[in-house]
Amino acid sequence: MGKTLFEKIWDAHVIAQDEGAPAVLYIDAHLVHEVTSPQAFATLRERGLPVRRPDRTFATMDHAIPTRIGAVELDWPDDAATQVRTLRQNCADFDVPLFDIEGDIQGIVHVIGPELGVTQPGMTIVCGDSHTSTHGAFGALAFGIGTSEVGHVLATQCLMQKQAKTFAINVDGALGHGVTAKDIILAVIAKNGAGGGVGYVFEYRGEAIRALDMASRMTICNMSIEGGARAGLIAPDETTFEYIKGRTYAPKGDAWDRAVAHWRTLKSDEDAVFDRELTLDASALEPMVTYGTNPGQGVPVTRQVPRASDLDDPAERRSLQNALEYMGLTEGQPIEGQHVDIVFIGSCTNSRIEDLRAAAAIARGRRVANHVEALVVPGSKAVKAQAEAEGLDRVFSEAGFEWRGAGCSMCLAMNDDKAGEGKYVASTSNRNFMGRQGPGSRSLLMSPIMAAAAAVNGCVTDVREIL
Amino acid sequence: MQPFTTLTSTALPLRTENVDTDQIIPARYLTAVTQEGMGDGLFSWWRYARDGSPNPDFVLNQPQYRGSKILVAGRNFGIGSSREHAVWALTQYGFRAVISPAFADIFYNNSLKNGLLPIRMPEETVGRLLDLVEEVPRTSICIDLPTQSVTLPDLNDDTVRNLEGPWSFDIDPFRKQCLLRGLDDLGYLLDKEERISAFEAAASY
Ligand code: SF4
Repeated sequence: MGKTLFEKIWDAHVIAQDEGAPAVLYIDAHLVHEVTSPQAFATLRERGLPVRRPDRTFATMDHAIPTRIGAVELDWPDDAATQVRTLRQNCADFDVPLFDIEGDIQGIVHVIGPELGVTQPGMTIVCGDSHTSTHGAFGALAFGIGTSEVGHVLATQCLMQKQAKTFAINVDGALGHGVTAKDIILAVIAKNGAGGGVGYVFEYRGEAIRALDMASRMTICNMSIEGGARAGLIAPDETTFEYIKGRTYAPKGDAWDRAVAHWRTLKSDEDAVFDRELTLDASALEPMVTYGTNPGQGVPVTRQVPRASDLDDPAERRSLQNALEYMGLTEGQPIEGQHVDIVFIGSCTNSRIEDLRAAAAIARGRRVANHVEALVVPGSKAVKAQAEAEGLDRVFSEAGFEWRGAGCSMCLAMNDDKAGEGKYVASTSNRNFMGRQGPGSRSLLMSPIMAAAAAVNGCVTDVREIL
Repeated sequence: MQPFTTLTSTALPLRTENVDTDQIIPARYLTAVTQEGMGDGLFSWWRYARDGSPNPDFVLNQPQYRGSKILVAGRNFGIGSSREHAVWALTQYGFRAVISPAFADIFYNNSLKNGLLPIRMPEETVGRLLDLVEEVPRTSICIDLPTQSVTLPDLNDDTVRNLEGPWSFDIDPFRKQCLLRGLDDLGYLLDKEERISAFEAAASY
């Protein structure tokens, strides 16, 4: 029997498998950021251990830092400044390369990894951040770990892991106009549930996936964790190689040819068997919007918020009722036309140049509705610079969007980018949990073009009407 | 890591599904550079009113559940962010075990690394435990890791008699040993040094 892509990468990285113990998995690249690493470095210090492979460790700062342009470090909140200083000290002491906010490579860890060419097919990649699944778009086995595990990887470049099961998500057909990668993944999670992927690694396959560019593939793999999966994978192909070629950490010369020859073998064999499968028809998908407080609570923009009476399962009914109460939405109301107060375009899900171009195309020549506060937060300094070179910052500013520096910003509201109590946020991020974007905030997750349309109309809008 | 063998305690019922780690510990508590001080932030959106005063409706603030070391929660507990701070918040508050029909993977792993025992039990059983501890808050639950069982020691009490039990639960044998002995993975991994070096050499890493 053939192997799945997941099994191929897994098998190539297991360095020990003792009877009755989890496998010891070698990690090729370890990404580090300021929030989940300080306690791990502290463990190394306590035990007098070095970082085993600083050359395979890459650090940046993204979660806590302010994104207001011109924010100077002296004015930062104390705790953010302390975390950043701690990271600098740790990187200096342990020889870990750091892409500092002072330099020009900093950005959201899952945006800069691929940009730098650190992310490559067939690798194992971890980070103390659940959206490490993003890197699976390159055919890398990439997943989030806790801070204890960050310490294990720093010290040994290895992790103890149990092998996950495999789950094929087949997306056939072609996407309609105005329907994007974000809508695919929101539809998958709506269908499968926020916990539906627990214990599995998703592999996204099929015609609709093959047709996507790397940014879109990253959007999909990014939200695998929102479906409960350990990781998401897409087999590498010409689109992948094209993206990686020439990037800072990409192999060069002969090494490049050898790498590509190897990468071409990284796909699930014809006769490989997945533990589970799900098939979706891309042509039937519509732009999606979430109405609830977990990412599985989403509907096509043309539909209504579900009614509790439509659900059989009492736990789901309760979950829906609690969500609607928090969200201030009514059962059966159309989601289109729902008022929004804030629009956030950014996060590791949708802050790449392709996302900003798409949103700018909607914003161009239009105005953000008077009552709406809208912000665009590029995923990295490179994205910011590219957008500025293309004049996208001006398109956004002229339309009334605020243009920001790179970082996580209102995706998790750790810095002062917070939505106020009860405010509705049309957001391109990945989580609509209660209070995620600020105390009492109400998130409506959607694609960048849908968010831009919501900014312009001041309410949830079917972007296809204005495309 | 604090070892886990047996635990007998009352339990706190949290009848909510899909509890994400942002609810367990909101982002504003993540600004710390140590593990300390997380207990106060546990469930803070639900636990405190916006002015910081305790919300009397939230179960954590109800006196009958004070001191409970076991949390019983709806399915998909711990979804979302990988923040280990969620587990630190639960343990610093005093919890030693969480019972739920299903846990998110990262949360489950993080728990095991901090001596917090996550116990998966069937949806129906968890539902009955929730009913019971809501109705009779003083009910003790006994968790015995060596025999992987959950029992109700007050079983002679009329109110609990109708519940069956003991229930058994699954746990990876390796993880069980680590918990029983309070061992973390780091020692085990450091012992693999030769294998790690050999792997790196063979793969020209
Ligand atoms: S953008 Fe949001 S989801 Fe992504 S790494 Fe930052 S906080 Fe996490």
